Amino acid sequence: MPIRAETSGCTDVVPLVERGQREVFCGLTGIIWLHRKIQDAFFLVVGSRTCAHLIQSAAGVMIFAEPRFGTAIIDERDLAGLADVHEELDRVVGQLLARRPDIRLLFLVGSCPSEVIKLDLSRAAERQNQIHHPAVRVLNYSGSGIETTFTQGEDACLAAMVPGLPTSAETAPALMVVGTLADVVEDQMRSLFDRMGLQVSFFPPRNSQAMPVVGPNTRYLLAQPFLADTARALQSRGAQHLPAPFPLGVEGTTAWLQAAATEFGVAPEVFEQATAAPRQRAEKALAVQRQMLQGQRIFFFPDSQLEIPLARFVHRELGMDLVEVGTPYLHRQHMAAELALMPAGTRISEGQDVDLQLDRCIADAPDLVVCGLGLANPLEAQGITTKWAIELVFTPIQGYEQAADLAGLFSRPLKRRLKLAA
Amino acid sequence: MQLTLWTYEGPPHVGAMRVATAMTDVHYVLHAPQGDTYADLLFTMIERLPRRPPVTYTTFQARDLGGDTAELFKDAARQAMARFNPAAMLVGSSCTAELIQDDPGGLAQALQLTIPVVALELPSYQRKENWGASETFYQLCRHLMHKPAADKPAKVRPTCNILGPSALGFRHRDDVKEITQLLNQLGVDVAVVAPLSASVADVQKLAEADFNVVLYPEIGMAAAQWLQRQFDQPYTKTVPLGSHATRDFIAEVCTLTGLPQPAQDPSNAHAHWYAKSVDSTYLTGKRVYIFGDATHVVAAARIASQEMGFEVVGLGTYSREFAREVRDCAKRYGVEALITDDYLEVETQINALQPELILGTQMERHIAKRQGIPCAVISAPVHVQDFPARYAPQMGFEGANVLFDTWVHPLMMGLEEHLIGMFREDFEFHAGAAPSHLGSTRPAAENVAPVRTEPAAATPAPTAVAQAPVSTAAPTLSTDGIQAKGLTSDGVKAVAAPAQAASNQATWSPEAEKELGKIPFFVRGKARRNTERFAQDLGVATITVETLYDAKAHYSR
Repeated sequence: MPIRAETSGCTDVVPLVERGQREVFCGLTGIIWLHRKIQDAFFLVVGSRTCAHLIQSAAGVMIFAEPRFGTAIIDERDLAGLADVHEELDRVVGQLLARRPDIRLLFLVGSCPSEVIKLDLSRAAERQNQIHHPAVRVLNYSGSGIETTFTQGEDACLAAMVPGLPTSAETAPALMVVGTLADVVEDQMRSLFDRMGLQVSFFPPRNSQAMPVVGPNTRYLLAQPFLADTARALQSRGAQHLPAPFPLGVEGTTAWLQAAATEFGVAPEVFEQATAAPRQRAEKALAVQRQMLQGQRIFFFPDSQLEIPLARFVHRELGMDLVEVGTPYLHRQHMAAELALMPAGTRISEGQDVDLQLDRCIADAPDLVVCGLGLANPLEAQGITTKWAIELVFTPIQGYEQAADLAGLFSRPLKRRLKLAA
Repeated sequence: MQLTLWTYEGPPHVGAMRVATAMTDVHYVLHAPQGDTYADLLFTMIERLPRRPPVTYTTFQARDLGGDTAELFKDAARQAMARFNPAAMLVGSSCTAELIQDDPGGLAQALQLTIPVVALELPSYQRKENWGASETFYQLCRHLMHKPAADKPAKVRPTCNILGPSALGFRHRDDVKEITQLLNQLGVDVAVVAPLSASVADVQKLAEADFNVVLYPEIGMAAAQWLQRQFDQPYTKTVPLGSHATRDFIAEVCTLTGLPQPAQDPSNAHAHWYAKSVDSTYLTGKRVYIFGDATHVVAAARIASQEMGFEVVGLGTYSREFAREVRDCAKRYGVEALITDDYLEVETQINALQPELILGTQMERHIAKRQGIPCAVISAPVHVQDFPARYAPQMGFEGANVLFDTWVHPLMMGLEEHLIGMFREDFEFHAGAAPSHLGSTRPAAENVAPVRTEPAAATPAPTAVAQAPVSTAAPTLSTDGIQAKGLTSDGVKAVAAPAQAASNQATWSPEAEKELGKIPFFVRGKARRNTERFAQDLGVATITVETLYDAKAHYSR
């Protein structure tokens, strides 16, 4: 595996911090993948028509499959105080649960309007809990744009679940993987840990009735880079974080698995035996993609906090050159292992002033730009090849078997450009 | 509070974005929290615009709320002015900014910009997207327009403006082209199209034209009415959707201008003849359900009824602003209009009515898919496939052609599917049979035709080939019929139970049974069921050939 060696690390990087217009989603968008993951949960946004419109625009055709999310739209009567908001919520929740009796876990999701009018959703959740106990548990978190950016919505959601996780009575260390992974990836990871002789629980679970236990014996690996609050909440339950890079690419996946193996004293030969075959398979598949991508210059706009691990992967395993790596938020502690693997001098930016960033991007003329859908077509029209970033959140990309698929997401736009030019 | 799973319209500031994005040199500074920029992708993805919408968002976050969000707004406006150098600026709030009560209008005024600034008051908790677009366009007209010079230069040809087309409009691009051509052929010049591809200077000249053509009342009507009040500019009331309406529109334009009315339709008006051709006979009386924005629903009902020969069995709209027009329209077809923005109500009504064709938005398309009913899209909101690369107007004569094809296509497909489904039960066409042109590769025994093959599907037969009247109830098979065929398919099993339960059923005489066998197999099941019901109603114990034909006569009344 030709992993770049020139790396002296980016640990002490001073990011370019910008404030201005941010072209990002709010945390409500997380509902779109969270509701697929937790199969008996419903996400009820308490917000405005804008919130409903945002989710349906982001969810695309998913909206037509009787999804397990909706919006309680605040209207002028609620604002004028003519209607008691809590009674209104009682009615809406009742209506909803009558319609969907299969729901066991209900999230009241806060939005910008509900936060600005200081609607106390935690009290509302408590009240709903009393009404619908024990058939349905009701939790609340904020997915508002003023509080959260895109994937931070998942963080807020998971953090809200942590206090309710059952307490572990065990003393022997147990492994937990934290962060939503596609079911297929989860199964692959479980089988890899199995082969190392490790029992593992996943959080969030696929079903609210199967919440993992947590306690001082819990050691957790973060599968996603955007889980600052969840990590803090787990920490407060006594769980310990296993620092590792994120499981993107062969190198990332191996280091991530190794962090658990080391903690649980898995013998090196056992680890090698468990990972050798998929690792080699992935390396072989990546080599093909590398030919296409080597030496191409890539620019990341901020979106999901996945940018730094992705940049590390495309740089070290695919040989791409990093022009700028934008992230909406830089959590230094969780990113430490990633930053150490980044090439020194990488331009990392935190936050955004989209007009200035676009100016930089166009001046730098990168070969590939990773950005949101609001920017992708306008950039393409200027002759700049783009990879729209949301797909990187919705597609299974973690682990060995997905490494080449992940690389393929970056090479496809370039391949297409070549084909259409020919 | 209202539980919503899907909305037909976005918030009103999205309507304002549609107007700003449609125009060429207007910039919209929107006081909105982080995340509201999602709306950009409607334009860049669904409409596939190659540029960013001309909108600057303040994208305030929680940490800004403690500080000075007003200053944030002023900075954004100042920077947008410097960067984009627009000819006019729209300023306003999204739903959240409306709550924090900064005053974008006042703040922008304090900046003393050298261009006109139009402050928008869009009540997000009462109004929706179309209203927002209408209000924005109206305010733009009010703030930007100049009074025309008293001595207008004499014109050779009458002129008009086209009002209403906007960004993210359903087929607005091609409708404008079609109607412009139509007006040109009549002898009318189009002065300004607005807001679509209009500049501020264009809007300022609106009053110079002789009259206005309102293509989309949802967006253009408020401005047109104001123009009439202010400048005595008449506007057209007919929306040229469909052949009849296009002719009415031409007549209206000719009356307004004094131009001669053309003696006949242009040579590309095919829809009228297509609908008259014998191939279309089977469309007669097809039960159609219509839902969408008010303009397209009212027009579609007229086309469906008068130009296609359908029966309108239900209609409705999500445009509350035009509820009266839609109610009046519904009355003409003897139905009650459904005014709602809750798609579940629409679904319930469709379910109850079981139409044979649905004309609606993308949501009705999905409802139709779920219920297995043919469907065509006639109105926004639509997805990316309804912003086609090809020329596809809805208005004018070419629009009528497009509509004919679009509506009939799913029905043709429906008929095809239906026939294939029925042939599947035939001895040569059942699922296991090899294509006949390849010869049979199966043992002869399996290919023996059941003596009385009947459709297992519960779908009604197409009216064009129906020998017996259509009913939606599941066909009932007599017990001996099932035994004779020895069929075990799920379809037959499903109907076997009620058939066996009906013990007081009449028996078929051998002659009648034989006569029944002569009826084409795809309507035989229906004929059998109707005859048996008829016999049961009359208390006839044995069905004879006479009973069979009596029943046929009875049901074909």
